[in-house]
Amino acid sequence: MDAKQPSKTGPLINVLIQISSFDVAAETQLLENALTGQRSNIGALATFTGSVRGSETGLSGSEDATSYGELLALNIEHYPAMTQSTIEAIALAASQRWSFLGCRVIHRVGRLAVGEPIVLVLVASSHRKEAFAVCEYILDYLKTAAPFWKKAIFEHGEQWVDAKVTDTEALDKWSPPSL
Amino acid sequence: MIKLVFFARLREQLGLSEHRVALSDKLTVLALVEHLIASDVDSNAGSGHSKWQLLLADEVVVAKNQQVVGRDVFIEDGDELAFFPPVTGG
Repeated sequence: MDAKQPSKTGPLINVLIQISSFDVAAETQLLENALTGQRSNIGALATFTGSVRGSETGLSGSEDATSYGELLALNIEHYPAMTQSTIEAIALAASQRWSFLGCRVIHRVGRLAVGEPIVLVLVASSHRKEAFAVCEYILDYLKTAAPFWKKAIFEHGEQWVDAKVTDTEALDKWSPPSL
Repeated sequence: MIKLVFFARLREQLGLSEHRVALSDKLTVLALVEHLIASDVDSNAGSGHSKWQLLLADEVVVAKNQQVVGRDVFIEDGDELAFFPPVTGG
């Protein structure tokens, strides 16, 4: 397991890329356990879980997508050499803006059926404001910078999911950019 | 040797997940792609269109040694260059 401690006073940053699913309660426990000595300082824990929707809006040539039938799954590809380091850099950038104790980010790859969880972002801090902000910041940058690509798998066809302009626009709220 | 890697839609369009190029001079990313296009045997034999032109599309992101860079950046022997469409994770 990779654990990066950017500095003696910096937050614990844990990033995992995996095929298997995750259990939110178990992962929360792991983050809390990793923060031994600081556990009594955890006053807030923000949790975000993203799952595969039953419909996918960002399809190129989506006028054809209806003829493909129902969406069954997403196939998620990534650039292994770059994925983890990119997310770690995002979390590190978050630690320059807010003070937090630790985060644990899990992103799944491979074939994920509709309803299955894709991504987990856990952030522990002393106060809720930082936990919410860091959680949203990590997710916003993950969506626009981490090298993952989704392909929608339908009953009768497949289609790459296009990047959404709204994901890039979501970064405006963090400007000036720190990454 | 420069290792080029391709992902997602671009990987499928090229029909390749990686490609190696021997490099004698220090070149920019753009110059390397132009070199690939110019020396493409398939394109010389056919219509003059090379599959490597796909790498010039505006939306294609370039990463040198796992860091996103512009096409004016110089590359050296041993570098890994990745080309991919805009990311769609999360």
